[in-house]
Amino acid sequence: MTQAATVARAPSRRPRTAPPASRARARAWGFGALGLAALAAFWELYKLLGPADGLVIGEVRVLPRTSDLAMPHIWETAGRLFEPVTRAEGARVLWLEVAIAASLTLGIAAAGWIVGVTVGLLLALVMQRWRLAESAALPWIILSQTVPLIAFAPVVKSWGSRIEIGAFEWQDWMSVAVIASYLAFFPVAVGALKGFQSPDRLHLELLRSYSVGWWQTMRYLRLPAAVPYLLPALRLAAANAVVGAVVAEVSTGLQGGIGRLVIQYAGQASGDPAKAWAPILGAIALGLIAAGSVALMGALARNYRRTEDAS
Amino acid sequence: MTESVITTDAVTVTAVDKVFEAAAGQVVALSGIDLTVEPGEFVSLIGPSGCGKSTLLRLIADLDTPSSGSVEVFGTSAHQARVDQKYGIAFQQAGLLPWRSVAANIALPLELHGSSSVETRERVAELIALVGLDDFGDRYPDELSGGMQQRVAIARALAKKPELLLMDEPFGALDEMTREYMQTELLRISAETGAAVVFVTHSIPEAVYLSDRVVVMSPRPGRIAAVVPMALGSTASRADDLREDGAFFEMITAVREALHGGAPASSARGVENR
Repeated sequence: MTQAATVARAPSRRPRTAPPASRARARAWGFGALGLAALAAFWELYKLLGPADGLVIGEVRVLPRTSDLAMPHIWETAGRLFEPVTRAEGARVLWLEVAIAASLTLGIAAAGWIVGVTVGLLLALVMQRWRLAESAALPWIILSQTVPLIAFAPVVKSWGSRIEIGAFEWQDWMSVAVIASYLAFFPVAVGALKGFQSPDRLHLELLRSYSVGWWQTMRYLRLPAAVPYLLPALRLAAANAVVGAVVAEVSTGLQGGIGRLVIQYAGQASGDPAKAWAPILGAIALGLIAAGSVALMGALARNYRRTEDAS
Repeated sequence: MTESVITTDAVTVTAVDKVFEAAAGQVVALSGIDLTVEPGEFVSLIGPSGCGKSTLLRLIADLDTPSSGSVEVFGTSAHQARVDQKYGIAFQQAGLLPWRSVAANIALPLELHGSSSVETRERVAELIALVGLDDFGDRYPDELSGGMQQRVAIARALAKKPELLLMDEPFGALDEMTREYMQTELLRISAETGAAVVFVTHSIPEAVYLSDRVVVMSPRPGRIAAVVPMALGSTASRADDLREDGAFFEMITAVREALHGGAPASSARGVENR
């Protein structure tokens, strides 16, 4: 056995049976576009062929109405985006109005995400450190997600309005961010805990042989090993934060965000059905942007995901 | 021989028992173990599965504590030796951190104990050269063969210049050719570093080829059945041609007979004869 022979074996591990990354990515985008096109085609096909009043069995409408009021044509919805919001002089173009509202909501959701991720990580750290904390806290964390969001949004708002510390005054948007963080912390707490517990005995004993403490084991082993668990958790947290922010805007009545716009335009749907769909599209775009930003973070953490690729 | 009293042994195991509490009752893993390893000496622990050879290694490494008796490493308790980083350790699995490059994996024990980055870089370069992995410093573990990963693990174990190297079947997962190559490499490395080695294996030829002394263990309860000195010259002078030498086969026979309690061996259960 020569050294050269050992070395020669190394490159043979590199090529994978999967197509190269660039082609795989192009295919993913292609299928994504195809899915969207199929959805649009289905919408229009049902609108064309479905009964105008939908299908009612007994008292229950099992298929929606296909009138222009209920289901505007795709192109009408798209075209409406480029018309002014109202007929008033100097009104903004609809898509811009939606984008402005969406960016406000995105900001609030991001604040909620940061708070939620911080709280989730801290909870996971405490639960990893003390077994007792895990048995004590984990059931409550899981239970916390069964509280209906709409029910306690007004409570958060009224509690918040009583907070006033010196120059600091509680703002309405903060209530929304708190509710967003309430939905965001959960996947992070659970995912991070699972990740922190993921290193195998071999690695833990190796660190033990180095005679290092809990904190260094966390920093050098548990935290990096948790990255493959954390990334999906962070992505889920981002999507949850957006949903939480939109719903909380509606139930606390916060002005200026996309949640408010959904309600407002829905009220105008009888006169302008295509307009009501604009903030819904905006909310979808928000979710995509939020999840996409986390995916970008995942690309930066590539080296910590090598075991993911290998398996 | 009076001088030898002054030098501290690398490892001193005295009257050690190890009992594991299992659901079905107590399991005696080790019973009445006495063993010394001199500085720079290469000692192999061999025996069938369940003889407690890995347990004994773990006691020396302070990854486990004896039920009774004492384990000393360079004159201090095993615990203090671990705190003072007196030993380096390598396991059957290389156990590299997949997110760290080869160089960063070797640097891990140095980083953890606060070496400066210049010191670390120099030491890592030395170690990479020592284990023959030049040009692979920037690679990641998943890009390496099993033999190369194990060499990184050995380099990592040597990072703090320990005078004691503990190895638990480090070549057990390698193919036969890579294994023989790695054995010769290990002899070279241990000669260059002068470290004492405690080496757990279940391969008789591996134990014979590498060791100054082979400690033969028997199971249920784990005891030391015999200690067989290898009359094969210094470990530093050994090379692959020894594997075809008559003396080598005599030593293999001696170890095999010790494994079977002195009687000529028919078949050694749980022990590889290759």
